[in-house]
Formats: sequence, structure tokens, C-alpha cells
Amino acid sequence: MSTSTPAPQPSSSGAPTSMPPAGRVATKDRPHGGVGDRLRLWWDALPRPTQWLVGVPFVLFMALVPILNIPVLTTVGTNFGGVMAQFGMIALIAIGLNVVVGQAGLLDLGYVGFYAIGAYTVAILTSPDSPWNQAGEGHWLGREWAWLAALPVAIAITSLSGLILGSPTLRLRGDYLAIVTLGFGEIVRLLADNLDELTGGGQGLRGVAYPRLGVTEDLPNGVFSAGNAAGTLNSGVWWYWLSLVFIVISLLFVGNLERSRVGRAWVAIREDEDAAEIMGVPTFRFKLWAFVIGASIGGVAGALYAGQVQFVIPTNFNVINSVLFLCAVVLGGQGNKLGVILGAFIIVYVPNFFLGRTELFGIPINGNEIASYRYLFFGLALVVLMIFRPQGLIPVRQKLLTYGRELYVAARRSAHVVAPRGGSDGGARPGTPAVATASGGAGGAAPVAGGPTADGPGTARSTTNEEETR
Amino acid sequence: MPLLELQDMTVAYGRIEAVRGISITVEEGELVTLIGANGAGKTTTMRAISGIRPVSRGRVVFDGKDITRMKAHLRVLEGIVQAPEGRGIFPGMTVIENLEMGSYARTFSSKAEHDETVDRVFDLFPRLAERKDQVGGTMSGGEQQMLAIGRALMARPRLLLLDEPSMGLAPMVIQQIFRIVSEINAQGTTVLLVEQNAQQALSRSDRAYVLETGEVVRTGGGRELLADPSIKEAYLGVA
Repeated sequence: MSTSTPAPQPSSSGAPTSMPPAGRVATKDRPHGGVGDRLRLWWDALPRPTQWLVGVPFVLFMALVPILNIPVLTTVGTNFGGVMAQFGMIALIAIGLNVVVGQAGLLDLGYVGFYAIGAYTVAILTSPDSPWNQAGEGHWLGREWAWLAALPVAIAITSLSGLILGSPTLRLRGDYLAIVTLGFGEIVRLLADNLDELTGGGQGLRGVAYPRLGVTEDLPNGVFSAGNAAGTLNSGVWWYWLSLVFIVISLLFVGNLERSRVGRAWVAIREDEDAAEIMGVPTFRFKLWAFVIGASIGGVAGALYAGQVQFVIPTNFNVINSVLFLCAVVLGGQGNKLGVILGAFIIVYVPNFFLGRTELFGIPINGNEIASYRYLFFGLALVVLMIFRPQGLIPVRQKLLTYGRELYVAARRSAHVVAPRGGSDGGARPGTPAVATASGGAGGAAPVAGGPTADGPGTARSTTNEEETR
Repeated sequence: MPLLELQDMTVAYGRIEAVRGISITVEEGELVTLIGANGAGKTTTMRAISGIRPVSRGRVVFDGKDITRMKAHLRVLEGIVQAPEGRGIFPGMTVIENLEMGSYARTFSSKAEHDETVDRVFDLFPRLAERKDQVGGTMSGGEQQMLAIGRALMARPRLLLLDEPSMGLAPMVIQQIFRIVSEINAQGTTVLLVEQNAQQALSRSDRAYVLETGEVVRTGGGRELLADPSIKEAYLGVA
């Protein structure tokens, strides 16, 4: 990642102005951009089947990571399968939260509320402690399929709660919305803590259902049960695989939405809500959509959590979790699906990596100590990130956001074919003598990250580059 | 029948009435200007017409239809399109993407119509054609203003609302923007313009309204007002 430029500018004007004409030719067809941009440019230019050909083995590899026992990667202090399962869940949450925060630009600090509602829905429907228990012999949902049957209910209820929370609050903006959602997260937790009859209060609900599959003599409760704790193929790995299925489904779903009119509306709302509205985008409706979709994905993650841990308790749904989820999204790169998955991985994996480690590459360390300071390190990491790379580790492609592949292909091709033009092309254009700005690539290669530099309306020379504060 | 009619319209921010019972008409094909000092209620009037700001009293009638309570995004479908104050482009989108967003609500019935409209915008603003793959936020102020107007044109407005297109721009660029506004109007689009740059605006408009602390204090033909000594004194800085 050499520069902080979010996207290359493969326009015909090519290289920066400061470059002499000879130098322009030498820089050839490569528009400026970091490694990530090049990677993305390469990826987006691939035809669809090739993308699948690369993507599927990659997902398979990711699926096999917990059982390959890779030396340094595998955690020592905790069960690696369990860590990966946790990663799967947080990744799902990050994808859901990314729709709200990254796509539509709505700061949601109470996302943990949806996660909790998903988890509690499954728990209330399937825990023997709950008065509304429907799982087990002689009940509606039976025993084997109780978890799977409760899942759609959990999704429905979380979507509904997204709708209920969103309808009044999405009329608010920015800070106000953040405060209201923060309150929502707390309300959900406090309800769980105080509705003793239904939620078991502080005691929580035990014995939540999970898929009973792969039952053998050794594993009377199947591979997903907490009893399957030993060996490489422990329950964590199975839950991780199950999360992967949901991750892939959500990615396809969210990815398609992003490329549709809905996605364009979200981008417009994120960029400038008023402008979106006066361009005829029904902003309220699309914000509500983002909220509901985000909520339902959070609900799936909650259901996974309840099933895996088989136990829900209010303290697991503290507001600090909301912040952690948000941290995953911001760290990875708001608006980028793959970026936020990386963010989720870092959030979950890094503390677990240090846990129980006494030496790293021959250097003695106190891993447990380091892991216990994780919030401090995440905070520091965020501060550093905001200074050097505010758009996240894998930023969203700012450019060509809505058109995706076709234009990338076109841009790439033209970058190869079109010879870069000279630096003074803008000066003497007959149609626009009045606003002959410094042309060439001044805008094209300008760093965009913090405060965009604009080439001011210099009156004549192509060498005048005024900076204009806007 | 006028294209747009504000009947005794009042717009309030809380208890403060920024616009107090103004009545304005815009006929089809006209270029009408609202001039006035800071805080006169010009932008508030615009926001009320485009629907971002609710009207507390009075009516907004467009093409014979009462749209006082209509949502902003539905007014776009009726043909009221605004290029907002302070440009209000989508900074992370490219020029062409910004333009495409302009036609988000009023989609094109055919590819040909789309291309024709894009060509028309590019004809008016050759700069935009040159920079069509550039990210909007990296462009200069003048270019962003052009983009904002071009984006509004993509919706093929019946009434184009321009809110201070000259704000913060160099004199040369201002002149060019105004020339293009006249051209857009000459091509048949009705334009309602809000300006502080009275000289330029008045000399190009058919009629104008002078706003002062939320009320219409003068109205008349553009050139007529331009010649008026009191207007000269108040808005042109010439005694």
C-alpha cells in the first residue's frame, strides 16, 4: 500500500503533472495506486468464471485453516476451532453491520442489541429453562431440528426489531442516531436482565438447542455439541463451517444488493443524504432497508452464538461488544465486505494468538498479559489507523463504486491502449478558455484521503496548481 | 397557469420564521431570480420548494397541483430538480456516476434518450466530459458546481432550482456558469435561481424578486431592477 489514494485514476490523462513528458511515457500504463488497488483492479478485470475459479478454492482453504494445523497460525492457549468459530460469527456480524455503517453510512452503536435478540429468540424457543420452550421430545420443534427451526424465527424477530427501532429513529441523523442506537443496545440487555420470567434474568438460559448431526457412539449429542471438545474436528470447527455457509450466503445476498439500485441509493445516502433525497432517492425507505437487512444478519449471528455456547446470559451482550463489532468494521475498511471480514479476523484472532503463548520466534513473551490488554491495543491500533489509513485496511473502492466490473475492464483496457497525453492539454481548449485549470493528472493522481486537494480555477498556465479549501 | 406558485408560504425553523408569507410565481420557460442578503430566506425558500424543509403555512402549487405536503423524492418525479447550495455533489463518486445518480428517479425509457441527455450535459459542460472518470470530490469548486447543475439536468427537470451557483467561485468561472444557466433556460428549461451576485443574476433573468428578512420587498423585470437606484445601493454596492 504505497499511497493512501483510495482508487487509481485510469483516465486518459494518466500520470501526474510534475512528470516531464518523457517521464510520462516511462511510467507507462500504470495508474497510481497501492497494492490493494492493483489487486482489486486485477480481480475486477477477471471474467466471472475465473473469479469463481479463484474464489472457491480460497473459501475452501479458509474452511480448512482450523484443521490444517499450520505451525505459527494455530493458537496455543485456546482451541483453534473455537477461535475460528468465534471469528465466523464476528465476521457475519461485521458483514451485517457493514451494510448499516459502511454502505448506508448510518452509525449504529447498538448493533449488539440485534445480536442479543437473535440469540435470545433461539434460547427462549429451545431452552428447557424458558417458559416458552418448544424444543425437546413432545414439543413442536422436536429435538434434532429445533435449532434450525428456531433460526428463521430469530431472523424474522430481529428484522422486525430493526423495523421497530428504525422507523422512528432513522429520521435522526449522525450523532443523534448513534445515541439512540446506543440506548437501544442497552435497553435490550436490560430487558434480558430484568424479564426474569422469560429470559431467566441474570441467570440466563441454559441448554439451548443446537443441530444434532453426526451422532456416533463417541459423540451421543452429535458433532455440534459442546461435548465434542477434543481433537482436530471439534465442535468449534463445525460451527465455523456452519458460519462459513451463512457468510457465503450473506456475501452473495449483500453483494447483489450493492450492485443493484438499492446499493446505489445507499452509496448516495452515505455520501450526501440531502443530495440523495433531491435526486429522487427515497432515503428513509432505503435507510430502513439497510437497518432491517443489517439486523437480520446480526440475528443469524446471535442464533449461531446461542447454539454454540448453548447458554445465553445478559452480560455477554454488553455495549462494549457493539464497539468491538464497529472496531472490526472500521479496522477492515467500512463499506468493503472482504475488508470487514479481515477486521473481524484481527479482532478475534490477535488476542487469542497471544493467549497462552510464552515465546514468539524465540523471544520470550507473556502472552496472557498481552491478550488481557487487547482493548488498549485495539484502541491504539484504531488511532494509528485513523492517522495513516483512515479508510481502513482494505478500503472500499471509491471509484466506479456502482458499476463494478464492466468499467474496470474498460478502464484497464484504455490504460493500456491510450497513450498518455501531454501536460498542457487543458490550457488552450477552445470550448473552455475561462476555466482552463491545471490539467493533466493533477486531479488524477491527487491524494484523496484526508482533505482532497483540488486544482483551483487557475486562469491560464497549466503549471498553476492552486489549492482550494472547500 | 404558472408552472410554480408559492401562495403565502411560511417556513419556520422552530419558532423562528425564516420565510414569512411570501408569494412567488414562475411561468413556464422563465428565468426567475430571488436576490437578497444573507439570512433573507432565499435558501430556505428553495429547500421548501424542493421539499427538504416543511412548509408551516401557505401552499406550494406546481403545474396546478398542490404539492405542499409531497415528499422531496416524489417532487423529483414531478419535475422539480434542485442543484443544492454548496454544490452537494457525491464526493466519492466519479463525474459520470454523479450524473447517473441525477437520473436515479427519472429513469430513461431508452438508451438513446440516455446518451442524448448525457451528450447534452457534456455539450454544456465540456469540462465534465474531459473529467468523466474523475472522483467528484477531487475537482475544483467551479467544476463541482458544473457537475451539480449537470446532475440536475440529467433528471430532465421541468423546473430547475439553482441555489447560489456562484458561491465561492472566481469571477471568470461565475461568468461562465451564468452563461450556461442562460443557455439552459434558452433551451426551454424553466429556471428559478437564488443569488447574491445580483449584477449577473438580474441582467440575465426575466423577472426577479427581492427578499428581505423573509419577505418579498420588490419584484419586477430583471433589467428594470438592475436600473433601480435603491437596488443598486443595497445589492450592487454602488451608490
